[in-house]
Amino acid sequence: MNSETQTHIEASRGFGGMQVRSDAALSMKNRIEIRNLDFFYGPTLPKALKGISLNFPDRQVTGMIGPSGCGKSTLLRVMNRMYSLYPGQRAEGEVLLDGENLLDPQMDLNELRSKVGMVFQKPTPFPMTIYENIAFGVRLHEKLSKAEMDQRVEWALTRAAIWNEVKDRLQASAMGLSGGQQQRLCIARTIAVRPEVILFDEPTSALDPISTLKIEELIDELKRDFTIAIVTHNMQQAARCADQVAFFYLGELVEVAPAAAMFTAPKHPKTQEYITGRFG
Amino acid sequence: MSSTTFDIATAPAKDPATARALGRRRRMVDRLIRWACIGSTIIGLIFLASILVTLIYRGFAALDLTVLTREFEPTTYGDPDAPRGGLAHAIIGSLIQTSIATAVGTPVGLLVGTYLAEYARGSKLGEAVRFVSDVLLSAPSILIGLFIYQMVVLPMGGFSGLAGALALAIIVIPVVVRTTEDMLTLIPNTLREAVVALGAPKWKMITLVTWRAALSGIVTGVLLAFARIAGETAPLLLTSFGNSITSWDLSRSMSSLPIAIYQQANSGFPDLIDIAWAGALLVTLGVLSVNVVARVLLRKRK
Repeated sequence: MNSETQTHIEASRGFGGMQVRSDAALSMKNRIEIRNLDFFYGPTLPKALKGISLNFPDRQVTGMIGPSGCGKSTLLRVMNRMYSLYPGQRAEGEVLLDGENLLDPQMDLNELRSKVGMVFQKPTPFPMTIYENIAFGVRLHEKLSKAEMDQRVEWALTRAAIWNEVKDRLQASAMGLSGGQQQRLCIARTIAVRPEVILFDEPTSALDPISTLKIEELIDELKRDFTIAIVTHNMQQAARCADQVAFFYLGELVEVAPAAAMFTAPKHPKTQEYITGRFG
Repeated sequence: MSSTTFDIATAPAKDPATARALGRRRRMVDRLIRWACIGSTIIGLIFLASILVTLIYRGFAALDLTVLTREFEPTTYGDPDAPRGGLAHAIIGSLIQTSIATAVGTPVGLLVGTYLAEYARGSKLGEAVRFVSDVLLSAPSILIGLFIYQMVVLPMGGFSGLAGALALAIIVIPVVVRTTEDMLTLIPNTLREAVVALGAPKWKMITLVTWRAALSGIVTGVLLAFARIAGETAPLLLTSFGNSITSWDLSRSMSSLPIAIYQQANSGFPDLIDIAWAGALLVTLGVLSVNVVARVLLRKRK
């Protein structure tokens, strides 16, 4: 076991009121375990991630914070192998999803991405109807009858707290929705595939405060069924949404701790400086 | 502090006279450039308007049902009882050849453009393909006619509608390649990533999402290509050659509106020249209406 995991466990023991778990129980409950991960954007470029080890506990929200360029989004893009789209980018180490190393070159990326969904910074509705936006992802992995598909679309839109707003215009273009609605549509589209893990890459940075609040409430609701990783520039957001928070700086994982502990008693001086707004 | 640093305290005070003179100069230059722009626009529009007015005036004067329904007849020499000719053979020939050319050239151009934008970004082969396509785009169309003459007309032993359609298809390809690539490149990568993040293979990402997102641009490119070949004359002279009767046979020479206009306008007989004007009007209206219809359709989709 490496030092970061130790830090995490110690931190969770140190946090009053939180259940103290044994190491074995903790490792069993991790949906994703990252071990000693290095990442390179190109053969001649320096490491963008340096020896990251981090666990994502099942059905919990892990917030990832840090200044721009610290590697938090890069880490997210490793977890669904998004970087594989770009030749030259390379990851070394292990990222275990339910014990299976997803960096394995033999990995079926389409299947992986059906298990690890992603919501992006900017809403990305597809140029089709609202219904088709949701059905698109489902059709990639399942063969459903019309009735089953209708049901799945309604379920996903309901879970994403947008059903009431769009139920009367499912056949209208998704491009006509507001920014906040589009982002909830994208979340619905992601959960419709029924992934195990959802990665949020600054999901509210392009949205107004009301829409942001809705998305945060939604994330809180979704963690009952999904393991969630969220990258955010907003410390309050991390404090509100996350169960555990990881602080990154210059490609390294500086500290990981339960949210309350992280924001009240950070261990590392760099973390303290960042969360008090002295840099970043 | 170095001596080159600007120091507001010691800088010379602003001279109101100089400031006013500079302001006057700026306003003058502004007026000069504005009038140069407006003047050039007016000159350009005058030429365009005079072409259109002449075309509409002379074209509509000659346009009647005979022109649309009859085939070529020799000049009447002013005899009111002699049968007057028309352009039916050329209209049909043009429709056949441009339709086949668009149908053949569009899928090729679409796939090459997709290859350049989605698969060959930054690759050496992609660069080469793009360069060749651009050369083809600006190649004089008579060269394409010559090429098809060598490759199709001579081996087949004569001019043919097929050769004409192929020559036009070669003109369609680079236009569609260019617009398809440009339109696909405009689509943000975040959209591609969003599709891939759902577990879609690349071909589904392209065919189901990025093509759809770029649809209006791609359709516009195809229409541009259609408009361009509808007026092409040079490559057809060497390939389908022209015909004075309606031909549905792709292995024989075939008439087309630009060739018919060229031949009849050159004839020197006033009645035939009138028919050429009618033909020119038909080509212009055809291209214009295709454009308008497509724009209306695209707007409805959105």
